[in-house]
Amino acid sequence: MDSKFLIYVVKRFLMAVLTIFLVIAITFFVMHAIPASPFSSEKAKSDAVIAALEAKYGFDKPVSVQFINYLKNILHGDFGLSTKWIGSTVSELIAGGFSYSARLGLGAAALAIVLGVVLGAVAALNRGRMVDKIVQFVTTGLVSMPSFVIATLLLIIFGLKLGWLPTMANQPGGMILPTLSLSLYPMAYITRLERSSMLDVLGQDYIRTARAKGVKNAKVIFKHALKNALGPVVTYAGPMIASILTGSMVVENIFSVPGLGRLFVNSMLRTDYMMIMGVTIFLAVLIVTMNFLADVVYKLLDPRIDLS
Amino acid sequence: MDTVKPKKNPFSLQLDPELFKPASDEEKAQVVTQRESVSFMRDAMRRLVHNRMAMVCLVILVVITLIAIIVPMIYPYTYTQQDVTAKYLRPFQYSAKEQARIAAGQKVFPHIMGTDNLGRDYAIRVIYGTRISLMVGFISALIVVIIGILYGAISGYFGGRVDLIMMRIVDIIYSLPDVLIVILLSVAIKDFISTSKNDLIVRLGAGMISIFIVFGLLYWVGMARQVRGQILSIKEQEYVMASKAAGASAMYIIFKHMIPNCISVIIITAAMQIPSAIFTESFLSFVGMGVSIPMPSLGSLASDARSGLTSYPYMLLFPALTIFLIVLSFNLLGNGLRDAFDPKLRS
Repeated sequence: MDSKFLIYVVKRFLMAVLTIFLVIAITFFVMHAIPASPFSSEKAKSDAVIAALEAKYGFDKPVSVQFINYLKNILHGDFGLSTKWIGSTVSELIAGGFSYSARLGLGAAALAIVLGVVLGAVAALNRGRMVDKIVQFVTTGLVSMPSFVIATLLLIIFGLKLGWLPTMANQPGGMILPTLSLSLYPMAYITRLERSSMLDVLGQDYIRTARAKGVKNAKVIFKHALKNALGPVVTYAGPMIASILTGSMVVENIFSVPGLGRLFVNSMLRTDYMMIMGVTIFLAVLIVTMNFLADVVYKLLDPRIDLS
Repeated sequence: MDTVKPKKNPFSLQLDPELFKPASDEEKAQVVTQRESVSFMRDAMRRLVHNRMAMVCLVILVVITLIAIIVPMIYPYTYTQQDVTAKYLRPFQYSAKEQARIAAGQKVFPHIMGTDNLGRDYAIRVIYGTRISLMVGFISALIVVIIGILYGAISGYFGGRVDLIMMRIVDIIYSLPDVLIVILLSVAIKDFISTSKNDLIVRLGAGMISIFIVFGLLYWVGMARQVRGQILSIKEQEYVMASKAAGASAMYIIFKHMIPNCISVIIITAAMQIPSAIFTESFLSFVGMGVSIPMPSLGSLASDARSGLTSYPYMLLFPALTIFLIVLSFNLLGNGLRDAFDPKLRS
């Protein structure tokens, strides 16, 4: 079992590395297939100036050489220089933005997991009753709303109409609304996952056995049911990170959070190629790592699962 | 009981010869009417029709689709038509110029949802945005269905090494972060489009085209996996073996036996795909990577509405509610389809 598990982890790890390499290659070659020079929109239009700029950023060498250089640099954590925020390296900008986005994302993920698991379990335990129906109704609604709809609705209701919470992130308590709007979609998703997996577990023989042995209700729920129903929620960790990262591009713009998502959108609109490449690769590494960890933890939690 | 029974004999089966007479036509008819034979498709449709929630959603979607197709043909305003004297009108409000025309006895079509910052009729813009959303949803589902079925069927049917290699490719594609790739491609394609002369491409916009490309490249893997799994179990069935023994070709078996038997999986997966395509498009348009101006999309309308949020919140609510209604209906219809086509899954 142990050696089998190890083989699985190594295999899964190699797969993750391959995926990251593919993302880097796709990112690099797609960005380099663009016909326009990244400097063609600059004010300095003379060919000599553009050539000098291209030489400075290394764009004058053959693509294959550039790619290998780029790979080498990434391994040192060097994503190159931003072509639009002159004087800043991409790594600096990413680090600056990520400190905000990480707080926002972790807060949203924690809120989503705690609320989602609790609500899902409560709904499953009260199957068919009013609580269950309300939970189902609300979560169905929430998973049908794009992040920008959730965020702007919260902004209108709590920020503008009721005036309870600040609408800008730099005000005290300003992170509450962005965190909340980012967490609602994954929260609803986890609730639905947890509900159906809990219902599945509650119908299992070992739950009946535990009850027949006279185990207290609370213990049955917490020790037997809840623990075993967590599997599908764990596998959702990877997609959840992806959805939170995507959502943060919208939410950070709406609430003016100076995070990675807003940085990414701005660099897309300004066509800052080095930034786009850097952020894409950074986010992809984050998502792939989370997927890898989620799969390993899932396998640890439930060794019966054959993931290969 | 005056029929002659055979003599009682300890070794006889003591059967009544009456029971072995041919059935009369009347009796035959009785058996036929007792139970009509129902095909799988009709059975599933019957279950779907009885699901009230799913039917309501279906009706909503049909109505929205019809509005999106028909209204732009007969509507008196277009989505580009600007009127500087009619900026920021509230729903059913008329500008001074329009009021003068009404006073002069002319008929003026009301702005059902008001007008925007350039005096364009908002209702027709929302309808065009809906059109874009639905188009993205349906075309993406179509792409996913075609590629996913072919790939999954080939992989599942041939099995062995072919299956192994094809599924490895699926695994790799599956682990790529799709939204990032969509964004990346739309950045690149936007650049190509700005130099393109083709009218259709320019009108569709970078976001739309990159969504279609990415769905063609990435999103079909879910469908391919589902179809392959289904094919693997169908392959073991006796009727496939019978068909093979009778000399049927691989293509014949795939298209005649296997794909029809995968239909429930295909329908369910395709229905679930549509909301995610609509989400992606609206997200891209919201951050400014979607359809090109002046073509509206529900995402870009919502994004534009943010600037006047305090004074004109309804400008956000109209596109937001529309997209909510569309995605909600697709989600609930998808649940209904799953229940109808896959009764085993129902809890």
